[in-house]
Amino acid sequence: MDFGVVELSRLQFASTALFHFLFVPLTLGLSVIVAIMETVYVMTGRPIWRQMTKFWGSLFGINFALGVATGITMEFQFGMNWAYYSHYVGDIFGAPLALEGLMAFFMEATFVGLWFFGWDRLSSRGHLMVAWLVAIATNFSALWILIANGWMQNPVGAEFNPVTMRMELVSFYDVVFNTVAQAKFVHTVSAGYVTASVFVLGVSAWYLLKGRHIELARRSIAVASAFGLAGALSVVVLGDESGYDTGQNQKMKMAAIEAMWKTQPAPAAFTLIGLPQQETRDTKWAIHIPYVMGLIGTRSLTEQIPGFDELEAESEQRVRDGLTAYDLLMQIQEHTATGVDPALIAEFRQHEENLGYAYLLKRYIDDPRQASDAQIKQAAADTVPTVWPIFWAFRIMVGLGFSFILLMVYFFWRASFRNMRFPGWALRLAVVMIPAPWIAVEMGWIVAEFGRQPWTVDGVLPTAMSVSNLSVAEVGLTLMGFFLLYSALFVVEIGLMLKYIRKGPHDDVTLTDDWMARHRARLSPSKEIAR
Amino acid sequence: MILYELISFEALRVIWWLLMGVLLIAFAMTDGFDMGAGTLLPFVARTDIERRVVFNTMGPVWEGNQVWFILGGGAIFAAWPPLYAISFSGFYLAMFLILGAMILRPVAFKYRSKRKDPRWRAMWDRALFIGSAVPALLFGVAVGNVLLGVPFHLTPSLMPVYEGGLFAKFFGLLRPFALLCGVVSLALLVLHGAGWLVLKTTGDLQSRARRYGVRAGLVVLAGYALAGLWLYFGVTGYAFVTPPAHDGPSNPLIHEVLRQGSWLAAYGERPWILIAPVLGFLGTLLAIGALRSGRDTLPILCSQMAIFGMISSVGLVMFPFILPSSTHPTSSLSVWDASSSHQTLFVMLVAGVIFLPLIIAYTAWVYRVLWGKVTPESIDENDTHAY
Repeated sequence: MDFGVVELSRLQFASTALFHFLFVPLTLGLSVIVAIMETVYVMTGRPIWRQMTKFWGSLFGINFALGVATGITMEFQFGMNWAYYSHYVGDIFGAPLALEGLMAFFMEATFVGLWFFGWDRLSSRGHLMVAWLVAIATNFSALWILIANGWMQNPVGAEFNPVTMRMELVSFYDVVFNTVAQAKFVHTVSAGYVTASVFVLGVSAWYLLKGRHIELARRSIAVASAFGLAGALSVVVLGDESGYDTGQNQKMKMAAIEAMWKTQPAPAAFTLIGLPQQETRDTKWAIHIPYVMGLIGTRSLTEQIPGFDELEAESEQRVRDGLTAYDLLMQIQEHTATGVDPALIAEFRQHEENLGYAYLLKRYIDDPRQASDAQIKQAAADTVPTVWPIFWAFRIMVGLGFSFILLMVYFFWRASFRNMRFPGWALRLAVVMIPAPWIAVEMGWIVAEFGRQPWTVDGVLPTAMSVSNLSVAEVGLTLMGFFLLYSALFVVEIGLMLKYIRKGPHDDVTLTDDWMARHRARLSPSKEIAR
Repeated sequence: MILYELISFEALRVIWWLLMGVLLIAFAMTDGFDMGAGTLLPFVARTDIERRVVFNTMGPVWEGNQVWFILGGGAIFAAWPPLYAISFSGFYLAMFLILGAMILRPVAFKYRSKRKDPRWRAMWDRALFIGSAVPALLFGVAVGNVLLGVPFHLTPSLMPVYEGGLFAKFFGLLRPFALLCGVVSLALLVLHGAGWLVLKTTGDLQSRARRYGVRAGLVVLAGYALAGLWLYFGVTGYAFVTPPAHDGPSNPLIHEVLRQGSWLAAYGERPWILIAPVLGFLGTLLAIGALRSGRDTLPILCSQMAIFGMISSVGLVMFPFILPSSTHPTSSLSVWDASSSHQTLFVMLVAGVIFLPLIIAYTAWVYRVLWGKVTPESIDENDTHAY
């Protein structure tokens, strides 16, 4: 296989997925926030809430269009750039993708149009129902996608079939209730809620700083800080759950997060910060916190977390055993057309779990059975990921995660107990924080997916085997095409978002009803912001 | 799991072959009119308000319609993984063009009315036209290539290898017969889009849509007939050397395939399938008649019949083949050796049986809520949320 094609295909997948994931979290969270606002509107009948619903809904719409557009690429890219992957695991991986379309995306896309165009055609309750259907479907969409992704991280419920040369489904239940997938799902949608909350909070804070749309901004802050606080707490707790599952299932990823070069006596210390050195396999200027890592990774004081030294030795064993599996598989292949001896298959089953490790050698040699000892050692070394991106991405993600809790706690407290008066510094901070959740979610993607290397499906299929039979020129051309198309769309999207934020809600609601009059004192612009 | 025992692997394969057809037909029937109307945009709409009318006829529904495409892709991935892997990586640059077009369309819808600048709007008008016409043409080209067979083979490890370099691969798709199929599919969707515009609009715009629809219909009739003759005289079909077991493992290399005879021989073996091309011709003829006679609702119903007939006819003459290989016929994919496992097909069928009717029900409800003409006045009234 052509290594350039592998690298370019990876670059293409990573960049299109990261780009797609700029829009997804906001869609996930904003759909719920808008539905909450519309619920308040329908329950109270106050026009301000209708205005809020429509305003945030219009920003939701601009964002949603690009989420859908870039999602199309994701659905088809597996077949285009990852043909052998598609063949090898399509039996399991294809199903959640199809189910996502069938159960979630269809509902989302059908009702989102009705939501925008149905204001005058539906009763207010009917329209509210449509808003919630969009929000639920959006979140359901994430569930199926993360079930598919969770299977790549922890391939349960499947078995290799040597006659069809692919993984086949054994237990759909196991695939759906994969613990990794479930933890990832809640972690990811919570991250979406935080993203949207920080966005709503930041934009509203900007309005308050400018002294515009005060009624809309303050109520939006109240909704966003409450919702965002719940989301921020959940994202960290479920992140811990993810960490625990990672420790159980993907020891390499855990070791990379931790720069755990050598196995430590339990309970391991947590490296707060440092400079991981891949070459010498140590971490310079490391600051350790004793016990913490052992607790996160194993939830015990006695269980060890293996380091790279131990894991690499284990990989080498598995490559060697995988070669036996590979050899048996080749014998089976010779007899596929005429009928395979069941004894041969039984023998193959003994070594089957390490077949993927033999595939690691395909990078170096066409027939892994001819591999030299040095090549086997090299293949084992390949299972150790490049540490620094994972190490740093994890720390940035977690650091930002905690900062969101503080931000949300502060605004929730001011909104609930301080008459919605917010000091200028806090408002400016909220504006500055707008990009932060996007940085955090992109880092999360890097930890999860870069950390899975060199595998597409952990322990089953190496990335280098997964690609299509394409030329560098072809993948390069489409990569360039996506780059140009996406850059242009990104500029347009940001331009429109800014334009519509600057423009603000369509027309400010005049506050005349009794309730407004009675609460005038509380709702008037505070001194801190009316400058 | 009694049901699982009751529905055999063979039956599931046939059901999923049918469902693949259902999904493709549903895609062509729904998103097809979006693509047709988008292609007609520069021809039927002369002023900005007319163009907005065209955009707004599709505004609330295109998003749901496009999901048939995504669902079709997902279902092929889940039920026919080798087909998904080989066709998408083999038609690589063509797929990229389709994707690029499908990406331009959503943003054209959402962004066009966000600024009043005429250059801005003209840019998105072009984006919609390209995003509609290019896939409409390329889908037909792809079908044509499937009928001809495409140059790929499978290694013993079932790794697909598609022959040819960068440009040979792409321009190799543009064979005369395949281009003819592309013209038929473009014209068919334009006919369908014209039917949609006739249903949803009034006045000059509507009468222009009628005129262009009639012309497209005539192209469909001529092109479809010509393609049929070409298939009979100029295209070799495929056949198994010995009939394969219908519940065997999904490994195409087990069964030897030869190129022989004509695809149209299927009409001799299974005469009942003649109903498909008959519906294709009849639907087109009736659509032309309905367009000329000034009906509003009838044309789109007839063009739906034409779409149903024509897409079915391709699937039915090829059965059981789904993607033949021109260079290594034995690698050809068929219903009997390119499906997912029994278990996966079963799980997916259960989900499909529950959710497809639901989808059809709520889609129908949404169309009912949105029923009625889109006029310049209705757009002015709803200026805040119309496209």
